[in-house]
Amino acid sequence: MPEALLETERLVKRYGGLVATNAVSLAIETGELHAVIGPNGAGKTTLIAELAGEIAPDAGSIRFAGADITARSVAERAALGIARSFQITSIFREFSVLDNVALAVQARAGHSFRFWRPARSDPRLRDPARAILAEVGLEARAGLPAASLSHGEKRALEIAIVLATRPRLLLLDEPMAGMGPQDSAGMVRLLAGLKRRVTIVLVEHDMDAVFALADRVTVLVYGRVIATGAPAAIREDVEVRRAYLGEEG
Amino acid sequence: MPRSRRVVVTLVALAALLAVPALSLTAGQPFYIDLFTRIMVFAIAALSLDLILGYGGMVSFGHAAYLGIGAYAVGMLSFHGIGNGFVHFGVAILASALTALVIGFISLRTSGVHFIMITLAFAQMLYFLAESLNLYGGDDGLNIARASSFGGSIDLGDPVERYYFVFLWLLAFLYLGHRLVHSRFGLLLQGVKSNERRMAAIGFPTLRYKLAGFVIAGTVCGVAGALYANALLFVSPSIMHWTRSGEIMMMVILGGMATLTGPVLGAALYLILESVLPRATEHWQAILGPILVLVVLFSKSGLLGLLADGVKRRSGARA
Repeated sequence: MPEALLETERLVKRYGGLVATNAVSLAIETGELHAVIGPNGAGKTTLIAELAGEIAPDAGSIRFAGADITARSVAERAALGIARSFQITSIFREFSVLDNVALAVQARAGHSFRFWRPARSDPRLRDPARAILAEVGLEARAGLPAASLSHGEKRALEIAIVLATRPRLLLLDEPMAGMGPQDSAGMVRLLAGLKRRVTIVLVEHDMDAVFALADRVTVLVYGRVIATGAPAAIREDVEVRRAYLGEEG
Repeated sequence: MPRSRRVVVTLVALAALLAVPALSLTAGQPFYIDLFTRIMVFAIAALSLDLILGYGGMVSFGHAAYLGIGAYAVGMLSFHGIGNGFVHFGVAILASALTALVIGFISLRTSGVHFIMITLAFAQMLYFLAESLNLYGGDDGLNIARASSFGGSIDLGDPVERYYFVFLWLLAFLYLGHRLVHSRFGLLLQGVKSNERRMAAIGFPTLRYKLAGFVIAGTVCGVAGALYANALLFVSPSIMHWTRSGEIMMMVILGGMATLTGPVLGAALYLILESVLPRATEHWQAILGPILVLVVLFSKSGLLGLLADGVKRRSGARA
């Protein structure tokens, strides 16, 4: 049995009377693409935020690569290799496309108390950044301001930023949100290319994408895990159908 | 090419500053040497604020505090009979760095309006502290018997030598600032301004870097304060009044945020208007206000943007 890269144990997060995360125990195995699906308000984004360290759980623990990281900050988890994309694209809009990725390379290139040498002509930052841009298909846009990219290109840029931190675990919060069919297909190809090289937790509403990409699927309803399993099994699961896929009788 | 035109504007501005003493002596108006000395002092102060405000997105509303600490360092040491310039500037640098470290360490835990209010509150605390120091003149301020002494190599009591002394500091800070904003640290600061949440998510512990920027800015402003004390041979609590912090911020915005030459132009425009307009009318502030509003309205990047890019570029259609 492959070892779990990320494990949560009975994770709980309450907002007043609302239980956004209800005793969630997950095991994400090294190398898998694990999709998390569920209706709106199921607590998917809250779960991602807890894994990334932006939201502290009320109870339960998170282990990453064998170490308890429940109390670690966002930056510390990122340094350990947990990278995330946001539901609303989070890039450096004022920077050029290449600068966006080079800054992420810089985040993993030691401390940044370097005040003298121009960073924009440093091949240790620029070369890896260019290679990653090529990988996500944005090399032709390198010199443009990030704000001028199309929606789909911005999402791809965010993936490039995330990849530049050389993550072991990617947390992707609805990377296809707001995309047309063509951009979505491009994103599916991109993620399929990343599969196996990096462990991925994918929150996504686009079921075609989820069933095309996922090794395993976890279904979250009202903060509770109601099923985890292979895509085919999830599709057949009666409880999942009733709660989520909108099947009657 | 707006970038190369900005370089031209910068070089022209520096050449003009270089020529000020000769021109004003020829014109028989030595008053301008003092005015432009003051302009350069505030240019340094505004430049230092722009490092955190324009590049780092930290809206510090208490920047005059460091101006005051630098100036009081010179004033208090002189009062106790210590006239050595290296001691004056050394103490000004250390004291302003330490103060910025403490203020930044506490203030940077907040953001937005809270950050503005806390930095403002700290500066006002120092203002009232200075007012309460009766030994050093309290409210009335403190006369400085002699300018900082650098052992005969330079006489800061002479207006022209003092002018070029300040000019060299300005030049040095412009160069250091240029290196800094293009370094890894500089890009990091700009990343924090652009999207701090993203910076944390890619693994930057942003607080310590912001604090470092805050301390650098405070220290540079402390040097401006020491220079200011030498220019006036007088220091009083009003140097760190909150309206002074507002003026420094106005200079940055007026000249062009997130640029290095902008704050220099902003300081020049602000102080020239402040010195020229009162001669025309006693209601000069009614003219100053609208001018400031117009510059800010017509150019997002301030006076530097107007000079280097022109007005047309902005109103013209851009894809």
